[in-house]
Amino acid sequence: MLIYIVRRILYAVPVALGVALVVFMLVHLAPGDPISAILPPDAPQELVIKLTAYYGFDKPLPIQFFKWLSVVLTGDLGTSIATGRPVAEEVGLAFSNTLILATSAALLSFAVAALLGTIAAYTRNPIADRAVTAIAVIGVSVPHYWLAMVLVIIFAVELGMLPPMGIGPENAGGWRPDPAHLAHMVLPTIALAAIPLGIVTRTIRATIREQLNQEFVIALRAKGLTHRQVMAHVVKNAAPTCLAVMGLQLGNLIGGSILIETVFAWPGTGFLLNSAIFRRDLPVLQGTTLLLAMFFVSLNLVIDLFQTRIDPRIKRA
Amino acid sequence: MLLNPTLRLFGPRAAKRSGRRVSGYWTGVARRLRHDPVTIVCGLVLLALIGSAIAAPLLAPADPYKTSMLRRLLAPGVSGYILGTDELGRDMLSRLLYGGRLSLFMGLAPVLNGLLIGGTLGILAGYVGGAFNSAIMRTMEVFYAFPSVLLAISLSGALGAGIGNTILSLTIVFIPPICRVSESVTTQIRSLDYIDAARASGAGALTVIRVHVLRVVLGPIFVYASGLISVSIILASGLSFLGLGVKPPEPEWGLMLNTLRSAIYTSPIVAALPGVMIFITSICFNLLSDGLRSAMDVRE
Repeated sequence: MLIYIVRRILYAVPVALGVALVVFMLVHLAPGDPISAILPPDAPQELVIKLTAYYGFDKPLPIQFFKWLSVVLTGDLGTSIATGRPVAEEVGLAFSNTLILATSAALLSFAVAALLGTIAAYTRNPIADRAVTAIAVIGVSVPHYWLAMVLVIIFAVELGMLPPMGIGPENAGGWRPDPAHLAHMVLPTIALAAIPLGIVTRTIRATIREQLNQEFVIALRAKGLTHRQVMAHVVKNAAPTCLAVMGLQLGNLIGGSILIETVFAWPGTGFLLNSAIFRRDLPVLQGTTLLLAMFFVSLNLVIDLFQTRIDPRIKRA
Repeated sequence: MLLNPTLRLFGPRAAKRSGRRVSGYWTGVARRLRHDPVTIVCGLVLLALIGSAIAAPLLAPADPYKTSMLRRLLAPGVSGYILGTDELGRDMLSRLLYGGRLSLFMGLAPVLNGLLIGGTLGILAGYVGGAFNSAIMRTMEVFYAFPSVLLAISLSGALGAGIGNTILSLTIVFIPPICRVSESVTTQIRSLDYIDAARASGAGALTVIRVHVLRVVLGPIFVYASGLISVSIILASGLSFLGLGVKPPEPEWGLMLNTLRSAIYTSPIVAALPGVMIFITSICFNLLSDGLRSAMDVRE
């Protein structure tokens, strides 16, 4: 087991390096040279040369990459061009806001999906099964940014029940667990929960169905176990697959909340990324993408290890 | 999102069918599709959407670019505007019809590109195997390590707004999952006896791929790729919604949704209309793909 863990972690290193390389290249994909994004077009020539040397843009790309990587590994993601503050600080603050929203959306969608998926797998009523399948298809097909707009139209504009945007009443600083801040979370949470709800419901329904068709279920029933006892066995066998899909969806919620955060002006990483793109603030774009992608890589690693922990059969090479 | 790439080549029906060979595979697929009303309806709706986008100049009642300060944000049905007017007084129905052109094109093109590039790479990697396989699949793994929405937005954010850049970024997002599926189905059949027999009888690699491999793997790969179209349409419109795709004043559903956001207090119904179009398109592609999957007996 320990050997497997070490091997799996070592295996993640080249992937993480590749991710860092892709994120590094983002800046060089941008049209024009990176200096033109920092300086106004009418900047004097000597300043351009000075800054090019300062940022190391005159060196060959591989050298730039390793220099950048060695700085990044110390936790320094550079300085924001727009605000002049350290990128790591800005991203860190935004990340905690994203984490709160993503976690609440994950909890909501996983709970509803577990309920719906299990009902659909167990029921002999074709209408109930169809209804759940329809909800799942709607969840994966609905453009979530449009759902967000529709929710705002219904609950904020027409009914005036919930605030349309922001993280809290004063819309500044961080999140606090009080009623006013919770009210601001309701609509973004629902909008963000749609996609994982659809995907996880589908997975749970299919996995439990598959388990129910296994021979061990017949054996257990023949042995005289109650319905509830059989279900415990089925859930235990379906859990690894479902948990893996849930973990992946949590990662997608954290890395993919950009559109929802923009609609609701939620001050998280997605909102930060969006404003960085429009201010051509390349260090912030790079830092945010790197942090989110690395989080996704680590999350996948944790899911993998966790999965082998609860189901030793999947000890892959 | 929906980029879960596990496919099994031979479903349960394949085993059942092999015993009594009554009709061919495609006859069976066509028969099952004929008995699937949901898939048929979705196919027809999509045909109508694509047809109306192509025929937009003939169908549109007004010029989609013509603005009017006097007739801004009219409700649907008011003074001859069936679906109302937008924030610049342009006819919504015409803009929605014309908008289908860019939205559908930008949703379909990345999946087609991904299919072409990712499919080729995956089939080659699966057939050749060895170091070549490792090199390609490890590279794909790096792109896999990004959440798909993040990769799409960061790439097009760095490249800048524009139709070409949006298609390019989404193509990069869709190559890895299609490549992975192609590789896994090709690896599954590569060591089967009939492939060995073909090779032993002197067929070259290209002939084996063309005659024996493609015939088996293309179906599952197409089905998988068709399931990505809905994601692609939502993402392409989403990029325009963020201001990273199509530039104004071009009509495109995602961009229209974005510019109408300021109108949610005055005319909420008009503001929500472009999203309805994206929703219908995406749900139809999803259901069509599900129908094809079960008719062609591709198991997930």
